[in-house]
Amino acid sequence: LSKNSIRIGAGAGFAGDRIDPAVELVTRGALDALVFEVLAERTIALAQRHRRTGSGPGFDDRLQARLRAILPEALRQQTRIITNGGAADPRAAGLAAREVAQELALSGCRVAVVTGDDITRRIDLDHCTALETGEPLSAYKDRLISANAYLGVAPLVEALKTEPNVIIAGRTSDAALFLAPMVLAFDWDQHDWERLAAGSVVGHLLECAGQVTGGYFADGLRKHVPNLARLGFPFADVSADGSALISKLPEAGGRVDRATCLEQLLYEVEDPASYITPDVIVDFRQVQLTEVAPDAVQVSGAAGRPAPEMLKASLGLDSGFISSGAISYAGPGCLVRARLAAEIVQERWVCIYGRDPSELYLEFIGLSSCAPWLGSQSPAVAEPPEIRLRIATQNFDRQVTLNLAHEVESLYTNGPAGGGGVETSVRDTVALISTLVPRDLVEPQVEVLE
Amino acid sequence: MTELVLLADMAHCRFGDKGNTGLFVLIPYQAEEFELLVANVTPERVSQHFGNISLDQLTFIPCPHLGALVIIIRGSLQGGVTQSLALDAHGKTQSGYLLGMRLPWHL
Repeated sequence: LSKNSIRIGAGAGFAGDRIDPAVELVTRGALDALVFEVLAERTIALAQRHRRTGSGPGFDDRLQARLRAILPEALRQQTRIITNGGAADPRAAGLAAREVAQELALSGCRVAVVTGDDITRRIDLDHCTALETGEPLSAYKDRLISANAYLGVAPLVEALKTEPNVIIAGRTSDAALFLAPMVLAFDWDQHDWERLAAGSVVGHLLECAGQVTGGYFADGLRKHVPNLARLGFPFADVSADGSALISKLPEAGGRVDRATCLEQLLYEVEDPASYITPDVIVDFRQVQLTEVAPDAVQVSGAAGRPAPEMLKASLGLDSGFISSGAISYAGPGCLVRARLAAEIVQERWVCIYGRDPSELYLEFIGLSSCAPWLGSQSPAVAEPPEIRLRIATQNFDRQVTLNLAHEVESLYTNGPAGGGGVETSVRDTVALISTLVPRDLVEPQVEVLE
Repeated sequence: MTELVLLADMAHCRFGDKGNTGLFVLIPYQAEEFELLVANVTPERVSQHFGNISLDQLTFIPCPHLGALVIIIRGSLQGGVTQSLALDAHGKTQSGYLLGMRLPWHL
């Protein structure tokens, strides 16, 4: 695979992402690798719970649908698929991938599985502290569902060396999924901080897929994005020095320019001088984003410092259930009626259920729901033509959360005039905390499923 | 009286979340207005816009080479996406809210 440049595409930026742009990319993009980043922080804990309770697979349940759509063309084009969609059970996901290949009669599809990120049974809860609270992890012992360390690029490179068609991992750094094919193709040294930083910047720009090609960007007034309904996903042509050209298929919708790339470069970055990954600490501040052609941006200039001594791990904690119920009011006095409805539910929460009204989180959608810092104050605006009251609560007792949903629903016939469109939901939820663990706690492994 | 501009006319913004922290990337439409942006989008004004949130919760990181201002608001996401009871648990709508600021635009 020794080349002057390699082409890596982004096929999904989150678990619910579209599939058709990935099909388009793999069919016409002449990609060396296509990455599906589908593992949000909480996904792995929810998947772990599914795995334990047997209520679902321990991995991304859309993985098979993605592979079904992508695999035939990926095999034909010799495009490697790399994904963290293994979530809490990469091996089961690997078997599921193989099943898809068999279904499609694709002979010789090799699947490599990367494990070792799951440290739930290994982590020393007494001697690690939660970064968010400073408390020892043992304080959360009873609620602990999962603990996963962020793997770096090394095990993914090992997996690539087995020449698989599909690599399935669980928790890795997002950037590492993209960095791995670069490290292998250009034989970058694991201490070559400059190149690892450059490659990580490329990975960071691509990892949210459509967010660098014009998604999460258009405002319909000042920021126009052509053909947003057919938004194309990005790919990068990466050179051996780590510089890269970010672009999209010319016929795909969207736009790639300095503005879309700059928004994404600093997206979710707490410290532009120190973006910490398992493989390198990246300094984004001197990055150059240069428009070299329509929908093509050259990226270079990242600086890198040695990788951190410890690895970050995230822990999923059982957090019970969250329920919500919402109801709409319209016309003169709609806000007054919505407030009256809220007061009714609050009062019944105390007198019927004997609970604390501070457990109820109130929002007035159309007025202030996107500005929680306003509290119960209304912004200084005229009365809106319609308003939607939403009430939510969290509890470890599912029945308590069901009670709230029922209370909102019963406003139909027992509440203020003209309340309509009730929707309620109850879902299980996990909280996340993070910690740092010594590297030697984590022993990644690669297994090839023929 | 100082003439006020709408921030949305001057700059664009992307919001991201990390735990209970909101992260804004604010970029002037005209690259040469970066100094104007930094001079006028001050912690005091942002605090006031966000319901007088404490200045201790705010960090401003100008990136002059890139031409972007990173604004960090800590503790503003009701515990973060996994625990928040809010409809917009990520806080993704906050970029639009920030751009609703009216402020002077001069050095």
